[in-house]
Amino acid sequence: MTDSTTAGGPPPGDDRPNPSARRALRRRRARSVAGTLVSLALTLLGLLLVTFIIGRVMPIDPVLKVVGDRATQAQYDAAYQAMGLDQPLVVQFLRYIGDVLTGDFGRSISTGQPVAQDIARVFPATVELAVLGTLIGVVIGVPLGVMAAARRGGIFDQVARVVALIGYSMPIFWLGLMGLLIFYGNLGWVGGPGRQGIIYDGMVPSVTGLILVDSLLAGDWPAFQDAFSHIILPASLLGYYSLAYISRMTRSFMLEQLSAEYIITARVKGLSERAVIWQHAFRNISIPLVTVIALSFGSLLEGSVLTEIIFSWPGLGSYITRALLSGDMNAVLGGTVVIGVCFVLLNLLSDILYRVLDPRSK
Amino acid sequence: MSAVSRRDWLLSDAPQTRRQARLGAMYQGWLTFRGNKLAMLGLIILVLLIGMAIFAPLLAPQSPYAQNLADRLQPPSAAHWLGTDALGRDILSRLIHGSRITLFIVGTVALIAPIIGLFIGTVAGFAGGWVDQVLMRITDIFLAFPKLILALAFVAALGPSIGNAVLALALTAWPPYARLARAETLTIRNADFIAAARLQGAGRLRLLIRHIWPLCVSSLIVRVALDMAGIILSAAGLGFLGLGAQPPLPEWGAMISDGRTYILDYWWVAAMPGIAIFTVSMAFNLLGDGLRDVLDPKGDKS
Amino acid sequence: MTFHLTTRAVMLATALAFAPAAFAETPADTLVVAHTIDDIISLDPAQSFEFSGNDVNNNTYDRLVDFDPLDPEAGFQPALAESWEVSEDGLSITFTLREGVPFHSGNPVRAEDAAWSLQRAVKLDKTPAFILTQFGFTADNVEEKITADGNTLTLTLDKPYAPSFVLNCLTANVASIVDRETVMANEQDGDLGNAWLSTNEAGSGAYELAAWRPNEAVQLTAFEDYWQGAPEMKRVIIRNVAESSAQRLLLEQGDIDVARNLTPTDVQAISSADGIKIEDEPRGRILYMGLNQKDELLSNPAVVEAMKYLVNYEGMEQSFLKGQFITHQTFLPRGYLGVLEEQPWTYDVEKARQILQDAGIEGGTITTRVRDLREYIDVAQTLQASMAEAGLTLEIEQMTGAQVLDAYRAREVPIFLGEWGPDYSDPNTNAATFAYNPDNSEEANAVGLLAWRNAYAVPEEMNEATVAATLEQDTETRAEMYKDIQRQYQAEAPIVPLFQRVEQVGLQQNIQNWWSGGAVTSVIYRQVTKGE
Repeated sequence: MTDSTTAGGPPPGDDRPNPSARRALRRRRARSVAGTLVSLALTLLGLLLVTFIIGRVMPIDPVLKVVGDRATQAQYDAAYQAMGLDQPLVVQFLRYIGDVLTGDFGRSISTGQPVAQDIARVFPATVELAVLGTLIGVVIGVPLGVMAAARRGGIFDQVARVVALIGYSMPIFWLGLMGLLIFYGNLGWVGGPGRQGIIYDGMVPSVTGLILVDSLLAGDWPAFQDAFSHIILPASLLGYYSLAYISRMTRSFMLEQLSAEYIITARVKGLSERAVIWQHAFRNISIPLVTVIALSFGSLLEGSVLTEIIFSWPGLGSYITRALLSGDMNAVLGGTVVIGVCFVLLNLLSDILYRVLDPRSK
Repeated sequence: MSAVSRRDWLLSDAPQTRRQARLGAMYQGWLTFRGNKLAMLGLIILVLLIGMAIFAPLLAPQSPYAQNLADRLQPPSAAHWLGTDALGRDILSRLIHGSRITLFIVGTVALIAPIIGLFIGTVAGFAGGWVDQVLMRITDIFLAFPKLILALAFVAALGPSIGNAVLALALTAWPPYARLARAETLTIRNADFIAAARLQGAGRLRLLIRHIWPLCVSSLIVRVALDMAGIILSAAGLGFLGLGAQPPLPEWGAMISDGRTYILDYWWVAAMPGIAIFTVSMAFNLLGDGLRDVLDPKGDKS
Repeated sequence: MTFHLTTRAVMLATALAFAPAAFAETPADTLVVAHTIDDIISLDPAQSFEFSGNDVNNNTYDRLVDFDPLDPEAGFQPALAESWEVSEDGLSITFTLREGVPFHSGNPVRAEDAAWSLQRAVKLDKTPAFILTQFGFTADNVEEKITADGNTLTLTLDKPYAPSFVLNCLTANVASIVDRETVMANEQDGDLGNAWLSTNEAGSGAYELAAWRPNEAVQLTAFEDYWQGAPEMKRVIIRNVAESSAQRLLLEQGDIDVARNLTPTDVQAISSADGIKIEDEPRGRILYMGLNQKDELLSNPAVVEAMKYLVNYEGMEQSFLKGQFITHQTFLPRGYLGVLEEQPWTYDVEKARQILQDAGIEGGTITTRVRDLREYIDVAQTLQASMAEAGLTLEIEQMTGAQVLDAYRAREVPIFLGEWGPDYSDPNTNAATFAYNPDNSEEANAVGLLAWRNAYAVPEEMNEATVAATLEQDTETRAEMYKDIQRQYQAEAPIVPLFQRVEQVGLQQNIQNWWSGGAVTSVIYRQVTKGE
């Protein structure tokens, strides 16, 4: 998504001053925004196409899911037509794209409800989990990475390295099972599977879909506590993974900064080590760090599938997986688009941050 | 040539030939690598794993498939070091045989994905223009896909089996390699030696194969080493969801999935394969981490 | 209600202050159930045909006749119909409707609502419609065949069916009585309210549907004006919890009252726990092995015979199926009229080997496609091991339920291992699919018939016997007729019933009168109470 070299445009870095430089620059910016949007649209279209094709070659019959085991051939045929499957593939695809453009993602055959409505229900659950996971990753991962870099090669660095590598190496579904067993089953410290204790089900009015936020908005403190006790374990697991990534990246960014000349200068000037690290080096890595955090957030959004399954978490990942296995392609397409859009947007965001904030790339 | 002199030859400050220089650099790397205790630990574990896979039939105390319903869910004991599973099969034997499957999956994916990526990335970077545009757009599409879900979709479309799981993982793993290879190509493309080769009349294909590919390989290798653990975990995830190896194959992820049902009372059924997966992916991570220090001296960037 | 919630919130707050996570007990007027309910795709009784959908509808709707949850053995009982009368020629049945029964909307339940509901199911012609259309109703004639007059409703049949057969079918969910006014007010494009009823409810049952979030939860609230008295449990929450271990943890922690999908190991472990009890209830589902007659090897009668001895009935029943399946070698489940008690087969590899040897079969390879459910895979693997001993190789392919079903309906599963659940409470429900297949040709495409799916050409006399049994007016004779069919079936059919499902429900000690619906129907909540 970074190439601004659209056909015919001047090569990047060609910033020689000339009379119409400003206008050209403005034009190029406009074109680059347009170009980005076009390539964004193309990416999403491709995403849809690939998903669509996979859905059509899949040896799972969506009609059966609708009509069930006992259906007669006539009932089957009626449903087949009602779902538009008798049309040529191209027509089906174009029709689908047309519907999506008008905001209609179709109806899910495994829930019987509009996909848009389903996603509005399940996506916040995933977002809530990913946000908290990333938060944990940042709060612990960043200081860990900074301190590891500051004491490069020391015991602390080694320990941080092992902690991170363990995070990378754990099969999360296994860790989840074990965590549930220990912290819920044996110790009773955290809430069980699901987003809420069952008796809280439906007691907090849904405003944002994020139960933690909704329960606070409603002023329902026990519901908040309950929701928190349920989310903390899966979020910590995701957070551990995120921590591993963030701390490693932080460390390498910091190492790069700490070997830079201005740091040596600062040290020579007699600044305290603490000030050197936090006020100078750390401030300079904040931009790439934001990118890393955004990417990590993105990977939690998509990577929570297994965690959601283990924790009976009613999120987008388990929604898509379930839909996939029952040939519910409208749901799969809708879900994939949402995650795809998020991913593309996060990438775009970090690109923009880079361009806007990083003085070197100007 | 005595050992000492060979060492001196390798570490010589003024290598006589290109070969000597290259071998010398490798030896230097090995010395650095050997100094990293954790990385060596990873290497040793992996060597043991490979040995285990090769000699599986000799090492396994029992057949991985022999059922004994009367003897099911036995805790670890002298007869069954790691206990038995729900069908009374010896878990240790299944783990030992399962190492073959794990290695097969990781090895194949680690071979296919970087090659696809290398090909697409270098062609895109080298050709430029619309070829680049199209190839990179495709790469972006695959990058924007939720990875595990894409793999799930592929397996669901192709039918669950190890072969298809490998294919699905490879198909989802290549885009980052393509980006990496493209970036490398772009920096190499205008280098003097390429221009020189071109002047000597080298064709585009020859340039690509003889000059560009070799230079991209080392950064790809680092990346592969770091990705290995991820591949193992994804494969285990697919197995866990029943979309990888089919029964009765002792694939570790599938074994966890089997053991999940019994986790509350018979923890070892799921714990043992879990520990196995963890150990191997940790070993790959340690190795990758060490390799990065050696092969990518610029720093810790991944 | 608001006040109610606040008080509870305060109580909860106090409780939580001391125990942040584990909440020891569910509220006294609330029943909390953990169950896999991800199969619901529609709650319209004319369409819903999934277990969980029926579980909901059985409580939100009433039917003309229903089961008494406190006395299920008694069979169908008067419900919305107070009484009924069968005509001399057996071709019509007239029901008299109970007076003064309200729908949830407040509208009275009238005979015309009842007639319209049945007509509607026939006209919509969704999957469960066959339960009604088998009596000769079609979209074209149903308005003449099902008529309302004052407070009576008359069904006119095309043949003099056994009255027990007809009435058993009317206990099925598809025969639920819906509130015509409410439904028609929500009709879209002439769909008879199908789209609206898929996510809403318009019944007269003991519970009203408060919420359904797919794959997450169903919430029911008590209908205070229920004609049999308001139920004691004012709120029923059914939460989708897929994992047995999770259900068990929830039960142990006191977060739920009922766990409905516990595995044998979890049941065993939990049965000794304090404050928890296990109730066993035989359900209607039959786990069977279908041997596809299109497969060359399997079409050999000797192989079919040998396979019956290669199933380790007892070994499986005593190990991974323990408590959840009992050996049952006939297609009618226990609890049905005319069920056969004889169990002719035992696990005997020697005998199987002998049979194969006598027939000159050297061995061979067969594939099975199994749904990725733990029990099925374990059964398949056990079968694989014992077949190997007899020189037969079984290759197992794991698939999702949808994929297996797809292949099965296309007759592409050589050995099918899976369950069949009866559709209504009459023996014909299984006889008509296991032992009835009038045309075995590919063109017949009778995808709904198990016999056809396994390419089993049911002998003509068995087909006829199956039909004759539906017309027999005398119940005793009818039962004998089914026993004869089952004996012949055991002797020759390539579809081998293996086990009957038993539901082991984990309950908090204080839960009384739980009933999952036995072999014949779905769960009923209205009689459930909570003791101290």
